[in-house]
Amino acid sequence: MLLSGFFGIPYEFRWSVLWTTPHDTWLIDGLWITLRISAISWIFAVLLGILFGALRTVPFRPLRAVATAYVEFFRNVPLLVWLFFWYFGAPEALPEPIRQWLIHHGMEFWCGVAGISVYHGARMSEVIRAGIQSIPKTQLEAGLSSGLSVSQTYRLIIIPIALRLIVPPVTNESLNLLKNSSLAMTIGIAELTFATRQIETYTAKAFEAFTAGTLIYLALCLSIASIMNRVERKFAIPGLIARAERAEH
Amino acid sequence: MNFDFAVVISNAKFLLLQGLLGIGIFAGGTLRLAIPAIFGGFCIGVVLGLSRLAQRPLIHYPAAVYIEFIRGIPLVMVIFWFWFLIPVFLRRPVPEYWVALMAFICFEGAYIGEIVRAGIQSVPRGQVDAATATGLGYLQTMWSVVLPQAIRNMIPSLVTQFIVLFKDTSLASIIGMMDLTKAAQTVTARELRPFEMYIFIAVVYWIFTYSMSRFSRWLEIRMSPEQAPSS
Repeated sequence: MLLSGFFGIPYEFRWSVLWTTPHDTWLIDGLWITLRISAISWIFAVLLGILFGALRTVPFRPLRAVATAYVEFFRNVPLLVWLFFWYFGAPEALPEPIRQWLIHHGMEFWCGVAGISVYHGARMSEVIRAGIQSIPKTQLEAGLSSGLSVSQTYRLIIIPIALRLIVPPVTNESLNLLKNSSLAMTIGIAELTFATRQIETYTAKAFEAFTAGTLIYLALCLSIASIMNRVERKFAIPGLIARAERAEH
Repeated sequence: MNFDFAVVISNAKFLLLQGLLGIGIFAGGTLRLAIPAIFGGFCIGVVLGLSRLAQRPLIHYPAAVYIEFIRGIPLVMVIFWFWFLIPVFLRRPVPEYWVALMAFICFEGAYIGEIVRAGIQSVPRGQVDAATATGLGYLQTMWSVVLPQAIRNMIPSLVTQFIVLFKDTSLASIIGMMDLTKAAQTVTARELRPFEMYIFIAVVYWIFTYSMSRFSRWLEIRMSPEQAPSS
């Protein structure tokens, strides 16, 4: 498509830069790396979130303090600073052989994964803690008084309710993670935003490149959101989620 | 492996004055960007939030599309868009500070719009009915019944949003604006002490965000009529 100018400003559109060699595979490669780094970081973030979110609710003070320190320290500093720290700073503290090994085995990627998962793990554990704490104590008491053991009550009542309650906030947080993975470009990971920037640098066609990147992100986020919306509705607990849903819209 | 935190002390003046406050030869500064951005974002957010609640589709849909669009793309993308588009529209080079400020206002506007909407919707319907029953008009109902309660509900979320914005301003360093992160990068390029430098700015960011989050928690307890956090 060739058009001259938009809003009265002379500009020659050349959308073909997105699919002609040598830039034809850049967007796809970038998308693949975005998905890969997001997925790996998401797994680590959820594991950290479950661990520290649960630790923040245990009735043992020192463990709670450790979990609180982790959460408050990591989520209150910008992710970008953490990425720079993990990529430029932290390897300084490692012994030389390990550092050399890392440099030869894709250090950017794993430093990016470390930064994103530790930061989002802290945020995820807040979500999970809130989920656990939002279940009234009476649920536990009711389970116990109907003859279930503590582990049965947890397994059959508390955890199923908690999992369903945290679906919306965890979805939200996961989408944040996906969007935040774009910051990995700053430490040289060739993910989607990096790819759009690279196309722009090589072809000087910023409008086309940014449009493509924006639409891909938008499609990703909206499709995940709509899938999770369906999941949420399917697993909704009638009395509880319905109220939250009305407040939402 | 041997750390030298003296490098932090000798560069603290540049980092804090130039990077954090924006006093110096570069236009920039984390706080100088974050504070106008939250006010600008609030203005746009109120308009968007009210528009999204409007009955007329012509007002409702543009606001909804704008909010969903902005919320569906990463902030870096928005900053790049502004970085590219604003000089094209104004037909002259624009300093990074103004590019970043406009990008942040438009980006935060979408998120604050959702906060405003939720705040207004959190006021029970019965309040409006009661106000109407006592003979108040639309504007009177909004001004003296709905908005006071809505704003009270919104304030904790707004403080939280400001914390998020404060952290997000570090992204302005990507287009070269001299904020705290960029200042640390600049110093690191000269001193070659990344570990000490990034730990230091992490602590500076942390002090600000953590004290704001404590303030927000205090505010939430303070402002609830029952003097206790609402369940």
